Amino acid sequence: MTSKAINLTLKVWRQNGRKDKGRFEEYKANNISTDMSFLEMLDVVNEELTLSGQDPIAFDSDCREGICGQCGCVVDGHPHGHEKGTTLCQLHMRHFEDGDTVVIEPFRARAFKVLKDLMIDRSAMDGIIQAGGFVSVNAGGAPDANAIPISQEIAEKAMDAAQCIGCGACVAACPNASAMLFTSAKISHLALLPQGKPEAARRALSMIREMDALGFGNCSNERECEAECPKEISIVNIARANREFLKAGFFSSVM
Amino acid sequence: MNWITNTLGTSIGKKLFMAVTGLGFIGFLAGHLAGNLTIYGGKDAFNGYAEHLHALGPLLTVAEIGLLTFAAIHVGVGIYLFFQNYAARPVRYAVNKTGGGRTIGSQTMPYTGILILLFIIFHLLNFHFVDKTHTTIFEIVANAFANPIYVMIYVAAMIVVAVHVSHGFWSAFQTIGANHPKYMPIIQVVGIVFSILVGIGFGFIPIYVSILA
Ligand code: HEM
Ligand code: SF4
Ligand code: FES
Repeated sequence: MTSKAINLTLKVWRQNGRKDKGRFEEYKANNISTDMSFLEMLDVVNEELTLSGQDPIAFDSDCREGICGQCGCVVDGHPHGHEKGTTLCQLHMRHFEDGDTVVIEPFRARAFKVLKDLMIDRSAMDGIIQAGGFVSVNAGGAPDANAIPISQEIAEKAMDAAQCIGCGACVAACPNASAMLFTSAKISHLALLPQGKPEAARRALSMIREMDALGFGNCSNERECEAECPKEISIVNIARANREFLKAGFFSSVM
Repeated sequence: MNWITNTLGTSIGKKLFMAVTGLGFIGFLAGHLAGNLTIYGGKDAFNGYAEHLHALGPLLTVAEIGLLTFAAIHVGVGIYLFFQNYAARPVRYAVNKTGGGRTIGSQTMPYTGILILLFIIFHLLNFHFVDKTHTTIFEIVANAFANPIYVMIYVAAMIVVAVHVSHGFWSAFQTIGANHPKYMPIIQVVGIVFSILVGIGFGFIPIYVSILA
């Protein structure tokens, strides 16, 4: 594929800290190679801003290979941009046209506070994970392989749920700012496996209660999360989490 | 006892209320539609059906109280969820796009819901809280639908109900955790077919009666 260069107009959300009201500002991104990722494009813009003595645009990133869940902004109304099943760091500029105007906003939810520009505080998601607690694993010598039989089908379902990288795009995409896709993926991947069964009831109850307490919205089955998730986590997990929660709430002895 | 509020008071608990009461209304719609179809059998068939219904006496009163309770829960919890969800995103986006998950039904649930509530009040004032001593229910219905404005309101209301149920049907199953690779596609199709049947089935009655009159 031959690489070409495009010119873009960016409308970027700038906000100087939590207290600032924030506003959109316009920037030119000129001579951007279509082989670049979206974040590399922002790097180029930031370099120019820095050289001209201006404050660079703050945004989150870490691995830049789609596995850490650190990056993510809403690009033209889509969390992680318009490409299906990709994180923002894996979104390539070849998916944009020369002359496009691109609007970049932070993920918005009451439970996510903007720290600066496009950077957000996602520690609410850590709160949900912490509420999940632990799994019981026997310490000591290495266990025999296949000592616990798990069917291929169950292993696949658990691994599909475990693909969630905790990026928060589901919350950003949800019209209700609900964290159900994330929480349900975390409940599911452990609930499906024998290793996660002993604590399943306690885990489902405390993760959902914590999710509500942190100020996320209620799921109304709009399915926007599934459509925008970079790991294409299915809402089948939400139904499973509902089941796990109701089972734990009414039939387990966990209060 | 705390476990009850800690279970039913959560987001999933509230959704369970919506799903159970919503499914109850779907059952009611099916029964109500089946009964109303007797109008195509003519005046006597329809009046006969109404008579049979009222012959149930206390049973009917129990059903009415049940429906009223369900309505209070569905409307109350629905409005509460709407405001909670609105508050969960204090700063809105400048650009809003769908990723393809939402439908007309899912996007408009609170609004179609309120319209249905207004319609139900109007409907009960028309046909329930009226003096029925010197007339038959068929006459009351025929009189109402002689007015084209009533016909229009009723047809529009039935479209609104169909839109609400087009999302509500499958959504209720998802809420109670019934999402299975074999059955969910069937549930979704049945939900759409049911909504269309409700829309056309109820919606055509006022038109038919007004043509007849
Ligand atoms: C014929 C009458 C009605 C039927 C058959 C019906 C049915 C349903 C069903 C099946 C659901 C899905 C529940 C779920 O997702 O688990 C639902 C949701 C909803 N209904 Fe109704 N409903 C009716 C009337 C109303 C009324 C009068 C309101 C008044 C405000 C209302 C407001 C809502 C709202 C806001 C939701 C979405 C709740 C959420 O997912 O957050 N509905 N309805
Ligand atoms: S479910 Fe998808 S969108 Fe949500 S946090 Fe996990 S990877 Fe991100
Ligand atoms: S930077 Fe790690 S997923 Fe994008």
